[in-house]
Amino acid sequence: MKSKVLVITSGKGGVGKTTTTANLGTALAMLGKKVVMLDTDIGLRNLDVVMGLENRIVFDIVDVVNGNCKIKQALIKDKRFEGLCLLPAAQTKDKTAVTPHQMKNLTNELRKDFDFILVDCPAGIEQGFKNAISGADDAIVVATPEISSVRDADRIIGLLEAAGLSNSKLIINRMRHKMVKRGDMMDIDDILDILSINLLGVVPEDEAIVVSTNRGEPAVLETTSRAGDAYRRIARRLTGEDLPIDSLEDSVNLMDRFKKLLKLAR
Amino acid sequence: MLELINRIFGRETNSKDIARERLRLVLVHDRSTVSPEIISLLRDDLIQVIQKYMDIDLEGLLVNIEGEETSVALIANIPIKGMKRASAI
Repeated sequence: MKSKVLVITSGKGGVGKTTTTANLGTALAMLGKKVVMLDTDIGLRNLDVVMGLENRIVFDIVDVVNGNCKIKQALIKDKRFEGLCLLPAAQTKDKTAVTPHQMKNLTNELRKDFDFILVDCPAGIEQGFKNAISGADDAIVVATPEISSVRDADRIIGLLEAAGLSNSKLIINRMRHKMVKRGDMMDIDDILDILSINLLGVVPEDEAIVVSTNRGEPAVLETTSRAGDAYRRIARRLTGEDLPIDSLEDSVNLMDRFKKLLKLAR
Repeated sequence: MLELINRIFGRETNSKDIARERLRLVLVHDRSTVSPEIISLLRDDLIQVIQKYMDIDLEGLLVNIEGEETSVALIANIPIKGMKRASAI
């Protein structure tokens, strides 16, 4: 299989880029893929704590591009999955410490050893964003069903296109079906209409994300987490499986099941 | 009818419809920041089409995108030097 460099981006901060990177990376590793996650949020690294690997950092991405160490020395092996690695961001430098050219070389180098290279992009549209997208084959845009997030996603999609990444796919994160049902949250179609981009998946709002982040264990490891389940399905789509979008999963509540049963009985 | 019931119960329009409409408007503005290159391409295409029908003053030609409160318009000011004969078109 040809390796893929995917950048996870959003424009707006706090919509779940890092959570998405951690969960997709872990889910892909669960499927037996060799995965490396790159934290490119230099100065504000977080992927390490979300993954629970913060205590193992010796070298970082800036050390690698400056030649202070070999890539292999900086890669942190995940404690749960053999094929999963993290390349942490530097915490003391700033986003100009890496150039787009260096990022491209780095991702190309990583292609030799990994099936998936997931690049966790910083918020914003400045240098950090430009660095993160420079080596990518495709982009995954994360947006929540809020006006500010969708607006920023639109801007990001435009910038990605201008940079030659015109096959971006969307993950709608933190969807609350109850709010959609009562007309207080934009639904999938509203958002797709506005952004005109292909949908990769929908992740429901789930308290398990907070709990799993507290523990440093991605939610995909938790079989009962609905968000984790959504991420596992997205990971399977990334490997080429044709899975339907499970947008209304959580509408299958007791009442609907009851109605279904009644219909069947008749 | 639905509106009446809504009013009796003091309900307003779905907030998601408000969000969608506001988003639509704000994106019209955001997206209207077209790059100079695109404007230049558009200008060249416009000239080609219009010259089929009339002689225009290329020096005085202006093409711009202008935004107002709730709308965005493509404003083109194209001085005409002369019309072509209908038979020549």
